[in-house]
Amino acid sequence: MNISKVINSRDELTNDVMGYIVTIDSQDFGVPLDTANRHYQAIQEWVAEGNKIEDAD
Amino acid sequence: MTKAAELAKMGEVLTNSQIGGRRNIVINGGMQISQRSTSETGKGDADGYFTLDRYKINVGATSAGRFTMSQSTDTPNGFGNSLKIDCTTADTSIAAGERLTIDHRIEGQNLQQVKKGTSDAEKMTISFYAKVVGSATDFVVDLMDNDNTRQVSNLFTFTTSWVRYYWTIPADTTGAFDNDNANSLNIQFWLHGGSNFTSGTLNTSWASSTDANRAVGIDSIFSSTDNEIYLTGIQLEVGSQATPFEHRSFGEELALCQRYYQWIPKYAFMVAVEAGTTTMRGGVGLPTNMRANPTIGSHNLTRYDDDDNTFSNKTPVVFSNSSSDNQSDPEAGGQSGHLALAYNSIMSGGTDNHNVTTLFGTKASLDAEL
Repeated sequence: MNISKVINSRDELTNDVMGYIVTIDSQDFGVPLDTANRHYQAIQEWVAEGNKIEDAD
Repeated sequence: MTKAAELAKMGEVLTNSQIGGRRNIVINGGMQISQRSTSETGKGDADGYFTLDRYKINVGATSAGRFTMSQSTDTPNGFGNSLKIDCTTADTSIAAGERLTIDHRIEGQNLQQVKKGTSDAEKMTISFYAKVVGSATDFVVDLMDNDNTRQVSNLFTFTTSWVRYYWTIPADTTGAFDNDNANSLNIQFWLHGGSNFTSGTLNTSWASSTDANRAVGIDSIFSSTDNEIYLTGIQLEVGSQATPFEHRSFGEELALCQRYYQWIPKYAFMVAVEAGTTTMRGGVGLPTNMRANPTIGSHNLTRYDDDDNTFSNKTPVVFSNSSSDNQSDPEAGGQSGHLALAYNSIMSGGTDNHNVTTLFGTKASLDAEL
């Protein structure tokens, strides 16, 4: 699984983070905030390696 | 086998309660279900689920070797499909950390009958059909207990004909499987491995995992582009006898797979509400409750309101009320048979609290695999 980018998906009204939009092998996926989700786990490892989650423009 | 031996085996099967109820712990053992794709080329550079449901390709340090993974119709009598790995780019310079395994991952809550980690721990038996083409014939099957980092392996020599192979796995009184929806047991077919995994002594009894002891003696599927391997009829059951493969109907097997992966189909309608000017929230019913909140693939969507707006490659996330607990609500996340979606800040021209009807222009993948 090659993660190249992770963006916070925020609630427009509350600005809370509701999940992540992650780019894996040039395709975008919506990842939930669920520790049992394998992509969520992969994002935590990706962050632990020093990568940063971005906010949308 | 003599009649007396047959009767003795039958008695053992009855004693172990191997007759009656569902026996096979493996899902899609007959390789019937392939929701993602029936054939993918150029694999070997990354982990992932590419073709047959529930079978994950796992690689370590990237090998130059590449393969095609497909759902084949080359089978032993009585089966419709097999899993085929066909080497398309050879790699005979094997770095220490390279590996290629086909993994089947099992939730702990589906393994409690094994009684692992107790004094009553049960033996398990794995059986499968296999055949090879080419010079690579020796491969390892490895069971990894992910909850306790314990492991056991067995080396098999395959031939050019379909043969059913059996392995009775010793009972393990150390380390119980967690009773939850996480990955507790990983069945791994080792097709390629560097010295990090092959330089020790094959670990044929349950023990703390040592990488060097996991795949000793294997050939490499990447040794030649002539190499192919076929697998089907994979069955893991409690007890010391391999019973006949438990054939399940296509519909049953599909439903079992949909717990881990399914699609919102093309042309599905979704009633939604605009929340603010750029956000939309909606929900769809699912045929099967999912294991965990799923990852959602990008898709095209048409929003029918005053204007018919078509949105391409939009990616929602599972709806959650708040990030305060840093968790999406399982009730909204497909684990209840309903999936609530939030398309955050990716629309335009919305009106807060307006109802809209939407249409999926392409199907959307839902992935809750282990």
